[in-house]
Amino acid sequence: MIRFEHTRKLYDGAAAITDLNLDIQQGELLVLLGPSGSGKSTVLKMVNRMVSHDGGHIFFNGQDINSFNVQDLRRRMGYAIQSVGLFPHRTVAQNIATVPKLLGWDAHRVQARVYELLKLLALDPEPFASRYPHQLSGGQQQRVGVARAMAANPDVLLMDEPFGALDPVTRAALQLSIKTIHRATGKTILFVTHDIDEALLLATRIVLLNQGGIAQVGTPLELLQQPANDFVADFLGRADLGLKQLSLRSIAPHIQAIQGTEPIYAIAHTATLREAISQMATLHVSSLSVTDAAGTVIGQVRAADLLENQHA
Amino acid sequence: MPTSLVQRCNPVLALYVALAIGAACGLPFLRVSPNRLLSGEPVYLWDVLLQHGSPLVYVLMLDIAVLLCIAVWQPKGLTTQAWVVLAMAAGLSGVWLLASHFATSAIQAENPFSRTALGAGFWALCAMAWMIALDAIDRLQLTTLRRLLVQIALLLPLLLSLNEGQHLSIAKEYANQSDIFVPAILRHLQIVWSAVVPALVIGLLLAWRMTQTQSLRQALFPVLNVIQTIPSIALFGLLMAPLAWMAVQLPALGHAGISGVGIAPAVIALFMYALLPIVRSALAGLEQVPAEAVHAARAMGMSSRQLLWQVELPLALPALLIGLRTAVVQTTGLAAISALVGAGGLGQIMFDGLFSAANELVILGVIPIVLLAMLADTFFKVLSSLINVRPQ
Repeated sequence: MIRFEHTRKLYDGAAAITDLNLDIQQGELLVLLGPSGSGKSTVLKMVNRMVSHDGGHIFFNGQDINSFNVQDLRRRMGYAIQSVGLFPHRTVAQNIATVPKLLGWDAHRVQARVYELLKLLALDPEPFASRYPHQLSGGQQQRVGVARAMAANPDVLLMDEPFGALDPVTRAALQLSIKTIHRATGKTILFVTHDIDEALLLATRIVLLNQGGIAQVGTPLELLQQPANDFVADFLGRADLGLKQLSLRSIAPHIQAIQGTEPIYAIAHTATLREAISQMATLHVSSLSVTDAAGTVIGQVRAADLLENQHA
Repeated sequence: MPTSLVQRCNPVLALYVALAIGAACGLPFLRVSPNRLLSGEPVYLWDVLLQHGSPLVYVLMLDIAVLLCIAVWQPKGLTTQAWVVLAMAAGLSGVWLLASHFATSAIQAENPFSRTALGAGFWALCAMAWMIALDAIDRLQLTTLRRLLVQIALLLPLLLSLNEGQHLSIAKEYANQSDIFVPAILRHLQIVWSAVVPALVIGLLLAWRMTQTQSLRQALFPVLNVIQTIPSIALFGLLMAPLAWMAVQLPALGHAGISGVGIAPAVIALFMYALLPIVRSALAGLEQVPAEAVHAARAMGMSSRQLLWQVELPLALPALLIGLRTAVVQTTGLAAISALVGAGGLGQIMFDGLFSAANELVILGVIPIVLLAMLADTFFKVLSSLINVRPQ
């Protein structure tokens, strides 16, 4: 869907991006991860030509992005940023309707789409559609920002540290929303962040950038299990690489039938290994009973199995 | 907590009342002369009252005096302030009716050619009544639109009783010259319009360019500031010579009505004066547009033009309107002086009066100018308040 071929970018003669080669598939949630100055934001902005590239090519749906009319190109890509950038003089509904209006949708279609998106992002259309941005909390503003980016049903969503300025609780809620939306719509999403946990949680694939080049590309688990070099291992947090892996794995394969007495404390079957071990440590127990969605006990997990079977 | 006397009372109103009493006692309310050419004898307010006062007038005046005393000590009482506005509405029409009746009886009793002119005391009392009413309206803390309605209500009794003053010399002057007023007002509006509209368009373009080019700002603002310091008469004069020369060199310009005298130098000079407030406010408005909103707009695929019309201008509008208001009010006033270079307009009436020592004619020229400026001011205030209803 998006392909970088030997893409380069210079800032004042110094290379910001050196020879980038990357193929982004339809439906991926690709996270561009890296420290400050690694060029992750530049890579994102080159896709919709907010930043022009100085060498090589970038293809969108097989066509060089420079062959598009720049406004047409941008209207086909949703764009959400950390500072949100809602228009203060327009209501939430008008903000979300920006790109559909630019594309000349009729009023009924715009209205229907606005309501659909507000619901998708867990905002009640009744009070929110007619509110102004300054009447919203930071989290609500960013929800509107994401809705605005998705309004014209773009082929790609570009998100530049969209949740960077939010408090942890709000951020977690929005991360969940993005994950749900990605699953439900199958949209291709390019997501820039410097937050490793956010990347591990959201990504179907991570591109770890360092000093304008790719340090490693892979699924979250691949990066944690086989860091390509010292930089990758250090950046992901060498000391707790193992713990991070636990948070990517479900307890499901470790559930066994209960033998003897049923453990007192229970955990949901959807929990991760990290949650299970954390709970055991808190409660000072070495086993937990596992419940399904209805709350029925379906088995148990034991601390020893969780760690031993990890690579099985 | 004890508060000082000055904090509790309304010193502004006390001052106005003192000034009004001073004007009533010390300045001639009217001037009466046997005909138009002779200068008049002063007539003071108490003369008028002694001659024409009925018990009703005395009671009314006593009421107003008591009310004003209460208002001085009760600046926070909203009911009191409302009564003060009502009393001033009555007062404005009251002094007018008093002067009118005096003029009517002077003509009937003495000689039909006698002239009753409004004196300094009359104008001072009107001004004080207006200021007292505005102070009271301020204290009512109304929205812009309601404020406007109250101001209209304040003038309503006076406007309704205007006809009563037909024997005052100002009405006679008006009757003599009535055919020139409407063309003069239209001409005045034409001058203002032809200067401000181009200033708005070009000022906006300049401000927009300035947001992108720092050097333009550094080059242009000193020039605009210097223009603003040139006295208007000097600027009219400075433009006369080159325009006259151009009209001779290019006859086409002359045929189009552009020459050293007339409307051309006036409009060009006023355009140059109007440019500074418009450019400055437009620039301030454009600069306060949030950068992230502009960034987001571009990234969503707005063209420069769409960005300007849909994002930048709407967000800059409140600031721009303030500058536009300044420009229009300023131009309305300055346009009076442009009569000196033959541009016509209400200034022509004013200067005719000045040069023929006919004070009434001066006032007849000035009043519409003041009213036009106030109307423009109010119009833009109401417009701004309507825009600001939409939260920023």
